[in-house]
Amino acid sequence: MFYKIEVKDKPGIFDAVGDGIKRDISDFGIDSVSGVHFAQVYILEGYVSEEELKTICEELLTDKISQDFSVNALTGGRRQATGDEFTIEVAHNPGVMDPVEDSALKGIMDLGINGITSVKTSKKYLIKGKLTEAQLKTISEKLLYNKLIQHLVSPVTGRLSPVTCHLSPDKAEISYAFKLINVDLLNASDNKLMHISKQGQLFLNLNEMRQIKKYFKVLGRNPTDCELETIAQTWSEHCYHKTFRGKIEYREKNTENRKIRKIDNLLKSTIMKVTRELNKPWCVSVFKDNSGVIRFDEKHNVCFKVETHNHPSALEPFGGANTGVGGVIRDPLGTGLGAKPILNTDVFCFASPDTAFSKVPQGSLHPKRVMKGVVSGVRDYGNKMGIPTINGAILFHEGFVGNPLVYCGTAGIMPKDKSFKKTNPGDLVVVVGGRTGRDGIHGATFSSGELTHESEVISSGAVQIGNPIQEKKMVDTILQARDKNLYTAITDCGAGGLSSAVGEMGAELGVRVDLEKVPLKYSGLSYMEIWISESQERMVISVSPDKAEELLAVFAAENVEASVIGEFTNTEKLQLYYKGNLVCDLGMKFLHDGIPEIEKKAMFVLNNHREPKINCPKDLTKSLISLLGHYDICSKEWVIRQYDHEVQGGSVLKPLTGIVNDGPSDASVVKPLLGSKKGVIVSNGINFRFGMIDPYWMSASVIDEALRQVVAVGGSLKQTAILDNFCWGNPDKPDRLGSLVRAAYGCYDIAKVFGVPFISGKDSLYNEYAVHGHSIAIPGTLLISAISVMDDTDKVVSMYAKKPGNLIYVVGNTLPELGGSHYYDLAGYLGNDVPRVFAKKALATFNALSKASDLKLIMAMHDCSEGGIAVAAAEMAFSGGLGMELVVSAIPYVEAQSEKRKTKNKKSKSEEQRNDVILFSESNSRFIVEVEKKDQNKFENILKGISFGLAGCISEKKEFRVYGLDGKICISAGIGVLKKAWRDPLAW
Amino acid sequence: MKPKVCILRTAGTNCDKETAFSFEKAGAQAEFVHINAFCSKQKSLKEYQILALSGGFSYGDDLGAGKVLANELKFKLSGDIKEFISSGKLIIGICNGFQILVKAGLLPGNENFTQEVSLIINDSGKFEDRWIYLKSPVNSRLSPVSGRLSQVKCIWAKNLPETIYLPVAHGEGKFITKDKQVLESLNKRGQVVFQYCDKQGNLSGYPDNPNGSVENIAGICDDTGRILGLMPHPERHAFSWQHPAHEPEKQGSGFLIIKNGVEYAKNNL
Repeated sequence: MFYKIEVKDKPGIFDAVGDGIKRDISDFGIDSVSGVHFAQVYILEGYVSEEELKTICEELLTDKISQDFSVNALTGGRRQATGDEFTIEVAHNPGVMDPVEDSALKGIMDLGINGITSVKTSKKYLIKGKLTEAQLKTISEKLLYNKLIQHLVSPVTGRLSPVTCHLSPDKAEISYAFKLINVDLLNASDNKLMHISKQGQLFLNLNEMRQIKKYFKVLGRNPTDCELETIAQTWSEHCYHKTFRGKIEYREKNTENRKIRKIDNLLKSTIMKVTRELNKPWCVSVFKDNSGVIRFDEKHNVCFKVETHNHPSALEPFGGANTGVGGVIRDPLGTGLGAKPILNTDVFCFASPDTAFSKVPQGSLHPKRVMKGVVSGVRDYGNKMGIPTINGAILFHEGFVGNPLVYCGTAGIMPKDKSFKKTNPGDLVVVVGGRTGRDGIHGATFSSGELTHESEVISSGAVQIGNPIQEKKMVDTILQARDKNLYTAITDCGAGGLSSAVGEMGAELGVRVDLEKVPLKYSGLSYMEIWISESQERMVISVSPDKAEELLAVFAAENVEASVIGEFTNTEKLQLYYKGNLVCDLGMKFLHDGIPEIEKKAMFVLNNHREPKINCPKDLTKSLISLLGHYDICSKEWVIRQYDHEVQGGSVLKPLTGIVNDGPSDASVVKPLLGSKKGVIVSNGINFRFGMIDPYWMSASVIDEALRQVVAVGGSLKQTAILDNFCWGNPDKPDRLGSLVRAAYGCYDIAKVFGVPFISGKDSLYNEYAVHGHSIAIPGTLLISAISVMDDTDKVVSMYAKKPGNLIYVVGNTLPELGGSHYYDLAGYLGNDVPRVFAKKALATFNALSKASDLKLIMAMHDCSEGGIAVAAAEMAFSGGLGMELVVSAIPYVEAQSEKRKTKNKKSKSEEQRNDVILFSESNSRFIVEVEKKDQNKFENILKGISFGLAGCISEKKEFRVYGLDGKICISAGIGVLKKAWRDPLAW
Repeated sequence: MKPKVCILRTAGTNCDKETAFSFEKAGAQAEFVHINAFCSKQKSLKEYQILALSGGFSYGDDLGAGKVLANELKFKLSGDIKEFISSGKLIIGICNGFQILVKAGLLPGNENFTQEVSLIINDSGKFEDRWIYLKSPVNSRLSPVSGRLSQVKCIWAKNLPETIYLPVAHGEGKFITKDKQVLESLNKRGQVVFQYCDKQGNLSGYPDNPNGSVENIAGICDDTGRILGLMPHPERHAFSWQHPAHEPEKQGSGFLIIKNGVEYAKNNL
């Protein structure tokens, strides 16, 4: 028996959900909707008395004060639209995670009612207004549901094509009868091998397929499907990072480097080389574990990891970002013996929210919907985990229209003596957390290929929705078990599922797993599906048999499921059984080291982009206002406020700051231990525009940016580490790989001089979007995330102007470097003179400012990034609710770059100084600093030998005023006007 | 002796560690107890003088904020809780904790645990984290017995400055009542403890009132003044370093609320 219960707001209660959807509908240019009303639908299966049903509705499903309910017999009849009212009802597809179902079932049991066996939900929207069928289709498909995870329950208006209602899809209880599947490789031709790879979505190339064939030839048998899948996952770009670890023949064109370079392992010869050479004593565990670990204090270490979840977010933004956050949280949790997550950071790149629908490629979602979905996904998971989302960035470019970038990062803290793990032979394999389902099959291999317009069809299994509460209770209990010393090792179940997690943990030893012991969400999964499923919210733990009982009891006490599924051995083999049948028997050595080496070719061509000729307007006020409203620069308050950035209580410097808490902090500072003065600073640097000109200087610039933000909030480089995150196009194409290699060299050169080690990183390649053979690559984008230990958080410096009369310094040289600037972007140009980093000078600047902060000489400090000096200064002024006066001639300016780059066709134009160049150039390593008059001498003494200029002061009058090189005012505007220009664009 | 505070935990509880930290700094001894331990009688509420329901998303707030845990309290632990209240002990519910108290019928509180008020989706339709000002309404100082101005009814809100400054972080915090009578009764009996206001203490609209609450109500207490529920987070402004501008206050205003509870327990329980 099914009971269908609809819950909606009582008359007179403001329907905030409906109202939000109404606003979204008008975004589509559909203005005829007069109202939207939302109803939550529950479908209960089972047998209960009328009295019991009433209790369930009144006591559990409805808020008596604000909601009404109605119970309908489920006839399956569709409701015809009457006049100008339309009903759209959306339900999850079979097998898609719906956390509400679990909570509702639990709630019903709590009422003492046992007759209900399952709960399904759907969402019902009643839309009032005159609408055409096309408009209804737009509303339902582009706004209310995503066919990858949802379907329409009853047809819209009864006129659109009906979709069958999956009443209780999981109840079908498809049973699975064991049958061992072998794949015939031994007799397969090369063509057939590639066919097998493609057919199975293995994303293995011919060399790899041949290698596998060779291995099994020696064994004298064919592989099982499970063995082939396990190899494909282990060898995938996602898990193995073959590009970074492989051989590359690299050459450059149009640069001073003529030599062909042979690279054996790009990662080791650039990123990891910095760390090795710097050899910092406070680096505890780098490039080994699931995140990079550094010392925090005498008793604790902190760890940090940033991941990407681009492809899933492209297809299903909420679910993709949601599981992206959930996934990266499990990295610190799977580091050492488990770290407590203390903060999240999230950085996104989208196409402009103003993109015309006609410019959105087939199979892609509109960027505004992608952005809203991604933000919701991060909000949902981060907030429900009780982890503050303290830092981020959002940037826009048309190159991300089919392939957004979604970077998710988490830092954690753990006791020093819990920072390493060691599995022993004889330890049991325990899987803990969520159950395993058919969701997320092929995620690892899927992300190792390009997206196509068909991806949404063939790879839909790779899209998932997370269940943050499942993860939260898992984290809570794991940390309890850790503190009781109940296990020997832990790792996360991410891409590749059990295959990857168990495979890695047993790599040195050998492991045996009985797959039928893995708890399943529903029956019907084959042994292979169980093994490779990437179902969320799971961890794998190794436990000594004598502690297993106590460990399982810790989980059981808080309703967390944990099961022993096998044991670690000393066979050096991966052996999987299903109900006693051997389904996988692979040598660990072959699995982890057997991948054939291939040499990729890489070619970097330094293109000479035209330097535009723009006349410098006399009055730059308008330019400043336009810059402040640029989507990259404008306020992200709409996003930031949706994230709980203060949970855990340790927030010292918040992402929003200022007299009314709405100015943009350069970095955030949290105290992971509330009783200690020590804190952690997290910042990020990202700038794909510079990379479009020269990826080398992009790397240099984003490292500089992340570090100067650390300095800007009062930190120092003393104990600062960075993470690299490369999102690039297809590395099999020499030009894509060439720019990647060049970027990696930039990382080495600059980080080395700054003395800042990399401690972990990640690459997401194949970020391309192909429509009918035409491939669009994203702009190669490097995110640098910095983490810094701050000894005394009382010395934190914020960015907003504090007091009239205080002095304003500009520290660091400005050069005519407008290439990739937002000033050029507004005029439709990229330009060529990309900002460079003079790392030795920059380091001296950073160190001097850190010293000044430490002596509490700095009242406010802001880093100059997107938009340059004028934008940074204006932000300081309006965030502090005060005016500012600046004199351009006092800003330290260097005419030309000291080492002129050899570029063809470059005319030496007369390098006269220009107000716009000085005010809007995005040169690196610069700060705007507020200092009290009484500290002028002390401050200037500390800055001896460093370029700086006393360029202005803070004024009582709420005016932002800049005097140009000729002494005349070139910018003059009320701070209210500037603030409005900055606040409004993304204030949805 | 230090008063003992039970920080109740379940799936989705967060803010528990910082709430405990504030209570300990205020002189109490905090202990985390999972709801299962009470339901299975491993632990008893009798051991504690203060019950604190901290923020978070209990059971994901999947059926409305706080609903599932509220029902657990109501249907599994009602006897223990009634006894806890009638023995004069204290309860504070912060954010999700407030939602739980309201949905369990513990606030504003009546014989049968019937729900009379609710906290529903913010008018903005979204979760928001922002700092707001609060004041205690004048009529919270009216003694219901004598009708004369007296001390604030809620023991958690005594001797606070005119306005205090705390962050809110929630998606379902709009306070509404079943009908006008309930609202009138709350006002008349001095059970409205906190109202959102501007910096000067005037009742004002969004974003000062971050969720659209009726009469800007941010927190209420029961008729005894010993059970407080509020949407803002006192534990997030317990110390001056948590203040967004690091204003040199000796103590965050949230600390005063927590301290009031601990002092009361020390002196009376």
